[in-house]
Amino acid sequence: MKTICFYFQIHQPFRLKRYRFFDIGADTYYYDDFANEEIIRGVAHRTYFPANALLLDMIKEYNGKFKVAFSLSGIVLEQMEMYVPEAVEQLKELAKTGCVEFLAETYNHSLASIGDPKEFERQVNLHRNKIKDLFGQVPTVFRNTELIYSDEIAPLVAKMGFKAMLVEGAKHVLGWKSPNYLYSSATAHRLNLLTRNMKFSDDISYRFSNYNWSEYPLVADKLVNWIASTPGSEQLINIFLNYDVLGSLQQAETGIFEFFRAVPRFALAKGISFSTPSEVSDTLKSVGQLVVPYPCSWAGEEKDVSSWLGNVMQQEALKKLYDISEKVQLVKDRRILQDWNYLQASDHFNYMSTKHFPGPSVFSPYESAYDAFNNYMNVLSDFISRVHGQFPEGVGVEELNSLMTVINNQEKKIEDLEKQLEKYGSPSTKVSKEEKSVSVKKM
Amino acid sequence: MRALMFGWEFPPHILGGLGTASYGLTKGMSLQPDMDITFVMPKPWGDEDRSFLQLIGAGNTPIVWRDVNFDDVKNRIGKYMDPQLYYDLRDHIYADFSYYPINDLGCIEFSGRYPNNLLEEINNYSIVAGVIARTIDLDIIHSHDWLTYPAGIHAKQVTGKPLVIHVHATDFDRSRGKVNPTVYGIEKDGMDQADHIITVSNLTRNTVIEKYNQDPRKVTTVHNAVEPMTTEVAAIQSKKGTEDKVVTFLGRITMQKGPEYFVEAAAKVLSKTNNVRFVMAGNGDMMNKMIRLAAQRGISDRFHFTGFMKGTQVYEILKSSDVYVMPSVSEPFGISPLEAMQCGVPTIISKQSGCSEILDNAVKIDYWDIEAMADAMYSIITYSSMSKYLQEEGKKEVDGITWEKAGWNVRSIYNQVLNK
Repeated sequence: MKTICFYFQIHQPFRLKRYRFFDIGADTYYYDDFANEEIIRGVAHRTYFPANALLLDMIKEYNGKFKVAFSLSGIVLEQMEMYVPEAVEQLKELAKTGCVEFLAETYNHSLASIGDPKEFERQVNLHRNKIKDLFGQVPTVFRNTELIYSDEIAPLVAKMGFKAMLVEGAKHVLGWKSPNYLYSSATAHRLNLLTRNMKFSDDISYRFSNYNWSEYPLVADKLVNWIASTPGSEQLINIFLNYDVLGSLQQAETGIFEFFRAVPRFALAKGISFSTPSEVSDTLKSVGQLVVPYPCSWAGEEKDVSSWLGNVMQQEALKKLYDISEKVQLVKDRRILQDWNYLQASDHFNYMSTKHFPGPSVFSPYESAYDAFNNYMNVLSDFISRVHGQFPEGVGVEELNSLMTVINNQEKKIEDLEKQLEKYGSPSTKVSKEEKSVSVKKM
Repeated sequence: MRALMFGWEFPPHILGGLGTASYGLTKGMSLQPDMDITFVMPKPWGDEDRSFLQLIGAGNTPIVWRDVNFDDVKNRIGKYMDPQLYYDLRDHIYADFSYYPINDLGCIEFSGRYPNNLLEEINNYSIVAGVIARTIDLDIIHSHDWLTYPAGIHAKQVTGKPLVIHVHATDFDRSRGKVNPTVYGIEKDGMDQADHIITVSNLTRNTVIEKYNQDPRKVTTVHNAVEPMTTEVAAIQSKKGTEDKVVTFLGRITMQKGPEYFVEAAAKVLSKTNNVRFVMAGNGDMMNKMIRLAAQRGISDRFHFTGFMKGTQVYEILKSSDVYVMPSVSEPFGISPLEAMQCGVPTIISKQSGCSEILDNAVKIDYWDIEAMADAMYSIITYSSMSKYLQEEGKKEVDGITWEKAGWNVRSIYNQVLNK
């Protein structure tokens, strides 16, 4: 029996405001609140509200037979909570049905999996906790930012206890293999890989409303027939989409909502079921291992990471960002930690891409890649100086670490010493012990 | 295809971008196997490169018949042109100009510059054009910039051959909108009488269409290009003697070039960092004002004026720079950013320049947006990857912009005009 695995990505970054170099050191607020609010409200009205309602309807209608999976970045959840909390409530409703699985990802939709494994782990945990708090689920399947995957990333993910991960079914990943099977990682054998069916996913994402496409119009029974006519042994159809496809990238007028509403009816009639990624990982067996020595993703034609790290500017920005990582881990200041999260979003790097010349990249709020780079680097310069400002000058990270340990452990140390004193102590020393303890604390 | 071109400047003795463009274009077109170019200029100096075209000096063209012997002529003008040509030209004198101030060869003296009696010189040039047009076999007439439009029109009337005019700039660019009515009149007359108008950018094309009321179908843009660096120029070394970063403005210090925005942006950058120096290279009527402005902003210790630069000095300055800025208020094309990019210098250009239409690997800002300009300067001198990217990709890009391609575009316009 064939099964369709629907998965949606939901993400919006905190866009930066125009931040000139003379703001460095003078202004510590980096975000374009107006644009961020406007965009998230726009997307919510076009996509989140109607699409959430649609999915909820469908799940009820098919009585648990229709299932989907989501991954929401932590920063889009924060923006939803701020500007469109109704959307979060809807998602909670969806979570309660038991037919919706929430996947783990990096909290900031970041490139930490490439730049900084330690920070990567921190963010995944942060995200896992956020999902648990909001939706009462502990994610067991992981999907990395923009489906970035490589042999180096797999062990990191497996180590954190995930049983499966989503991967783009790119040609250089699969070769002659079909995406319609479950695979596993070559470097972490217990990590299953769900490969995106590029054909069907892109038919819906990009070609759905394209009049010039020979298959236009795409209707639900056509898609289901295509799926049904895949070879019998191919049991898994992974359709991974950006949630914005519903209503934003494909506008409501194109009939995308009606199309989705109709898919389960035709699919179930043909005996095709729906599964969530973790069900897939539990029920199917891996047919083989995928070797991916270089990072791949679902972006662009190249399906690699060149959208974020394709030119020297992007590379420098990422390097400068993660050079400060070790120090940030020692910071307690909440605003700095928040900025640290927001500044890591992969979107900032995408805006610096020069692949789209003469224009900027598709979703970029900037006029050009240079503009995006300038602005980001100015913000980053200010951020870095703020991080350095948290610590005395000229103290290395290791030294800082040991000092922090001393400070964190001081209570325990004092207690230990007191106990020792008691052991050897006479009544007279007991008095001085009290004094000593007080004076130590004052330090 | 035989083209008769009227120009005003030709390297090495040039005063602005017109000469550079005339040279590049004719050289690029000479690569077309059946192309035969005769280039007329007011006053040749004798050291022009004549390997790919025939050069005629208006100042060596007789307009009054004088009986002079061959050796005399050879001595006098042999280094400018073939003496035989003098006699051929002399055979085509078409009216009595003996009341004109002429020399013993029967020629009018030209300064070849932009003198105060420029209008008179333009008129004289057009008289001479009548003689040349009658002498030279030609298929098409091509006039470079307004100074030579009257000559082009005259040649068209004499020969009945089509006239193409090449707009390298309009008076709207030079005067920031306060046009000189006489100049405007000459420009408009040239455009009205031309069979086709070539503009150096879409920016200029729009000006020609809107301000001079030309039919858009008659106006085509052919973007300028840049000559590859000669080995001498490529060998020039940076003369930078300071650790500081150097940000350079290079060009005439006039209203059109927007120097005051450069000074203001410099003041903003210097308020934040002090490892940078600013150079304003060139001369012009706003220079003193700029010196005062820099002093007013308190940045004179880091803001340097070099005065007029010529020949290889230009490249020395460019190669010593870390950033090149062209904040022009209105620049029909602007070849100098391309030259800077050839030298591997990251470049900031105003969106109000024609070259911004074809360049990707340069930072583009509005000329008035001194904040953006300052920000771009700061980024290039601070974030090394950006300057590295602009250096490498900029050089690559500009190496692909050749006069040969531009030449073929002009050729296709010739063909179109002649087939009409």
